Amino acid sequence: MTITEKKSEISDKKIKILTGNHAAAHALRQVKVGVIAAYPITPQSPVVEKIAEFISEGKLKARFVKVESEHSALAVCCAASATGSRVGTATSSHGLMYMYELLPWASGNRLPIIINLATRATGAPWSVWTDHQDFITIRDVGWIQMFCMDNQEIYDTNIQAFKIAEDSRVFLPAIVAYDGYILSHTMMPVSIENQEDIDNFLPPLEHHYNLSDVSVVKGIDPVTTPHLRDRGSEGIAPGYFEYRYAMQKALENSIEIIMNVHDEFSEKFGRSYGNGIYKTYLTEDADVLIFAMGSVASQARNIISKLRKDGLKVGLVSLKLFRPFPALQLRKLFNDTKLVVVFDRDIGYGYEGVLSYELKAALYGLKQSPFIKGFIVGLGGRDVTDQHIIQGVTKAIKESEKGIISHETDFIGLKLENLGDYDEADYFKGG
Amino acid sequence: MVDTKKDYQKILGSVQKPVKGEAGKTGTWSPKKPIIDLEKCIPAKSGKPSCFNCWLYCPEAVVTRTIPPEIDFEFCKGCGICQEECPVKAISMEEVKIE
Repeated sequence: MTITEKKSEISDKKIKILTGNHAAAHALRQVKVGVIAAYPITPQSPVVEKIAEFISEGKLKARFVKVESEHSALAVCCAASATGSRVGTATSSHGLMYMYELLPWASGNRLPIIINLATRATGAPWSVWTDHQDFITIRDVGWIQMFCMDNQEIYDTNIQAFKIAEDSRVFLPAIVAYDGYILSHTMMPVSIENQEDIDNFLPPLEHHYNLSDVSVVKGIDPVTTPHLRDRGSEGIAPGYFEYRYAMQKALENSIEIIMNVHDEFSEKFGRSYGNGIYKTYLTEDADVLIFAMGSVASQARNIISKLRKDGLKVGLVSLKLFRPFPALQLRKLFNDTKLVVVFDRDIGYGYEGVLSYELKAALYGLKQSPFIKGFIVGLGGRDVTDQHIIQGVTKAIKESEKGIISHETDFIGLKLENLGDYDEADYFKGG
Repeated sequence: MVDTKKDYQKILGSVQKPVKGEAGKTGTWSPKKPIIDLEKCIPAKSGKPSCFNCWLYCPEAVVTRTIPPEIDFEFCKGCGICQEECPVKAISMEEVKIE
């Protein structure tokens, strides 16, 4: 069911009530992807179902390649992208982890593929509910990683992501993430822009590969030696080290391009998301800043006015761009801050919440480095409530006053005390 | 502003075009080479461009698509796939001295 605004005569711009998944599907339709290969997985499946619908209805002229796994899905995407086609897909959790092997192939070959990720906890134990573990786990493969906080942002970020990924100074794949169920299956009004405006904003892909041109016999991914390669009449080719240097520098430089694309988008379509890499809320006069992503940031935003009424000057920084990590910008932002409370819906298992230690690393060496306190919340879809945020902020203030620096993780929202006399050993006794 | 002329921005995905003999003269890898019996070979016998299975299947692209097909022993690794694929068994693997 779709409720639509009255259409104007000349414009096909309209507001639709859409789930996050369908917002992503509409974006993929409007950027006119040429090839889609995806495999269904909860909670992402409606993205590809909707795209299959668009193709069958003739609303999207794309080749939908049916595959038997996510590994094949991304393999198809890589191959299709190397022919010069615009390519997108979607996945979740173990689907993304099954794609893992192909992720560095996509970034290493500099293929501007976009993955929509409806985030979901990783097993075991089996869970289909959200947390950010799947998103966090792929942080070292060279993809641009962005996180959204509402359905409009999913649509807008997808369109920006293609423009960023396809920029000749970037040429990197990107992942657009949003919380499973909380956004993926929740309906919100989403402005669907004019096709013509989208086309003007996002020109056709000018790829550095075109393997579909058979007049040029060319192979990609040759065995690339540690040293420069003398290719005879082809000249001197880079070694592996040079390729990886170029990829890293492209990532570093993409931050500025990501901000520029965001600004261009907001000028054209009238919607902005902070500076395109993070969003601030009531930060100017704040004594305490909350740092979080996605659903956790949304929840924190919700409670800030209440905390302020109680006399606590709290602000929020919600991170949109996780990779490349905008360390320089965050250093400037947190320069005068006394206390940062980080809420992670993920863990770098064996260490701390990932956002927490990434922020600590980014602020290293600041003359007035803030006190940073991290909390783990909402793993496997456990609700993150207003109370949890308040609890975290209160505890962080106490600890910062005492100057307690600990690297032990602190969980909020655990209900160990309600387990009664639960003893797993009982399950394996006879009887 | 991002400088578009930076050197690393020219380095993208690793690509290559085939270059003859990049790995050296690989013909020395095996003493056995395919010898075509032109009495049996279909294009040689018929004088028409036909069959060419040896050309099609050669993983090293050392067989020419000519009448008769010719094999470049300087780079032929002696794998024997052409012998396996020849429908009229015109190819036999024989010891050939390679300089």
